[in-house]
Amino acid sequence: MISIKNLQASIEDKEILKGIDLEVKAGEVHAIMGPNGSGKSTLASVLAGREDYEVTGGSVTFENEDLLELSPEERAQKGIFLAFQYPVEIPGVSTTNFLKTAINQVREARGEKALDAVNFLKLMKEKMKLVDIDQSLLSRSLNEGFSGGEKKRNEIFQMAMLEPKLSILDETDSGLDIDALKIVADGVNTLKTNNTATIVVTHYQRLLDYIVPDYVHVLYKGRIVKSGDKSLALEFEEKGYDWIKEEVAAV
Amino acid sequence: MSTDDQILEEFTSKEYEHGWSVDFEADEAPLGINEDIVRFISAKKEEPQWLLDWRLKAFDQWKQMKEPNWANIKYPKIDYQSIRYYSAPKQDKKPQSLDEVDPELLKTFERLGISLQEQKRLTGVAVDAVIDSVSVATTFKDKLSELGVIFCSFSEAVQEHPDLIKKYLGSVVPANDNYFAALNSAVFSDGSFCFIPKGVRCPMELSTYFRINAANTGQFERTLIVADDDSYVSYLEGCTAPQRDENQLHAAVVEIYAAKNAEVKYSTVQNWYPGDKNGKGGIYNFVTKRGICSGDHSKISWTQVETGSAVTWKYPSCILKGDHSVGEFYSVAVTNNYQQADTGTKMVHLGKNTRSRIVSKGISAGKSQNSYRGQVEVMKRAEGARNFSQCDSLLMGDKCGAHTFPYIDIKNKSAQVEHEATTSKIGEDQIFYCQQRGIDEETAVALIVNGFAKEVMNKLPMEFAVEAQKLLALTLEGSVG
Ligand SMILES: Nc1ncnc2c1ncn2[C@@H]1O[C@H](COP(=O)(O)OP(=O)(O)OP(=O)(O)O)[C@@H](O)[C@H]1O
Ligand SMILES: [Mg+2]
Repeated sequence: MISIKNLQASIEDKEILKGIDLEVKAGEVHAIMGPNGSGKSTLASVLAGREDYEVTGGSVTFENEDLLELSPEERAQKGIFLAFQYPVEIPGVSTTNFLKTAINQVREARGEKALDAVNFLKLMKEKMKLVDIDQSLLSRSLNEGFSGGEKKRNEIFQMAMLEPKLSILDETDSGLDIDALKIVADGVNTLKTNNTATIVVTHYQRLLDYIVPDYVHVLYKGRIVKSGDKSLALEFEEKGYDWIKEEVAAV
Repeated sequence: MSTDDQILEEFTSKEYEHGWSVDFEADEAPLGINEDIVRFISAKKEEPQWLLDWRLKAFDQWKQMKEPNWANIKYPKIDYQSIRYYSAPKQDKKPQSLDEVDPELLKTFERLGISLQEQKRLTGVAVDAVIDSVSVATTFKDKLSELGVIFCSFSEAVQEHPDLIKKYLGSVVPANDNYFAALNSAVFSDGSFCFIPKGVRCPMELSTYFRINAANTGQFERTLIVADDDSYVSYLEGCTAPQRDENQLHAAVVEIYAAKNAEVKYSTVQNWYPGDKNGKGGIYNFVTKRGICSGDHSKISWTQVETGSAVTWKYPSCILKGDHSVGEFYSVAVTNNYQQADTGTKMVHLGKNTRSRIVSKGISAGKSQNSYRGQVEVMKRAEGARNFSQCDSLLMGDKCGAHTFPYIDIKNKSAQVEHEATTSKIGEDQIFYCQQRGIDEETAVALIVNGFAKEVMNKLPMEFAVEAQKLLALTLEGSVG
């Protein structure tokens, strides 16, 4: 589905991503872990097309298309979704209104007819149930005054509404209580099909008990320094990142 | 009008010895302004002598006044002699119904997206349309007249309801109130008149559309709304002008009189031509709007969405004379490119326990300048007066400016006055967040801006809200990226 080759990116002339290679196939779940500041969110932002970051080398192919050529909205329209580590507040715009605008622009870009009010509402109801989100939250200004957990849950609700092919969840688990974590994980698992893929960025093994990854990668100083299966995550949980740092330093 | 009202200056009538009038054949006055032009306009309207005298007096006063220069706006000197003060679309006779209106004129409205026919059928809005200077058609008159509601063009009101006009004309905005009001008083050519009798709730929104069509023509319309005891009316005003390279002058006057327990809601969507990207052309909009809450427990509410005009100078105000009366001002002003807006309100608290509320949302983009200017005055007698003001500015880019000039003048210690102001920028992170959900940049900006202005947009009647939202987006088109 997505193929990342030797991806390098910098911000304000500071090199952050120093050659990332990652291949994610349909149906797979990949977890990315790694210490603070190692470049996980940067990778997510670059994939989503944030212009602040300059791609200085490498390539990204998404469904046989050069992803780096596309604008952020085109990427979204083609099915890339990013659940933000820090969701942004938009005063005066309700989640409902925001999603109506988003869904209809996505549909338009795909040559589909706009959803009418009835069908939109139906979709909303269905997805609200999935992530157990309250109607009243959706009519409030987007993310404004939301608790940390509410913001994260709202991100997953948006994901459910937009039904993306590739979802990148950037620390969606942080800030969630244990019940919310289960609900969010359930939601992600329910939305998973053989045609979708997920990249989960997390610091905690706990999430991976619920969203079980096929692969775990460790990002450190802008490089993937180790890849393995689910057991790798357990190892970090026990030992921390120091041994990886030492290993990298030794090279 | 009571004489103790210092703010509303009385004017004495003055006799004119020369009662002659100039008789031009054309439906257009020649360029420029002088006494003969004033007479010409008055004659065209077949006005009574007292009104001609009123105009001439205003003209006299205007000649002695100076254009105000305190506003935060810059524009080349206006040559008042190169403006045409009267221009009527040619018509054989006065239309009795919409069907008789020149189809070309109706097409103009359709191009604006507002077809009278449609409005008439779908929304039950009664529309008085003023193109250039002449009121084209007033719909729904019959239905309204059953209730005793008078809604007609100003000229018609002069003919049919001279007593009301004589009583209220200039009672809220005196002819010599300010430079532009004086000019308007001398040369106003038409406008709308509305009277709601005692105890009547007007069952439909009353609406006026203004449009400047002809080149070199100024528009000077006058609106007078009188709401008698215990009555209610919601009034909508929309304006557009075609693109022209030269600047055009619009100097209107709106007067509202609210008697005991009466409520008047006045909504404007102003979309005069703002000039092109480089600041060429556009309307100079110098408008005096004022309402008086004359009776106890009366209420006047101004809602405006200002998207057009090269220069806007406009301060819809309320004089809260009746005890427990309420004044409100809700405003969204958007400026882009080289537009300049200096707009706000004035709330004058005279009566006891009077309340006012000001919500102003300024949005500036491009190289535009957007100023809020507001004055809250609490007079000595206004025991228990309260005001709340909220002024928010949203900036797009770093070449535009937002300014707030709040003036507060309190002469009664019991007054409670609150003022809050914020300035923010549309964040790149907000736009990116929208884009990540598949929303393009233009739509993202429109969404964010409409969210910012929501509190005011919500005050607009439904028919207007959708149009206003589109206008905000349109005004800001091309202001990002
Ligand atoms: N705008 C910026 N200007 C300068 N440096 C930046 C900017 N944005 C990110 N960085 C730097 O890039 C590096 C990678 O940041 P990134 O947010 O990708 O880390 P992360 O792996 O997601 O960390 P965390 O686990 O704390 O979320 C950090 O050192 C950060 O300070
Ligand atoms: Mg991060």
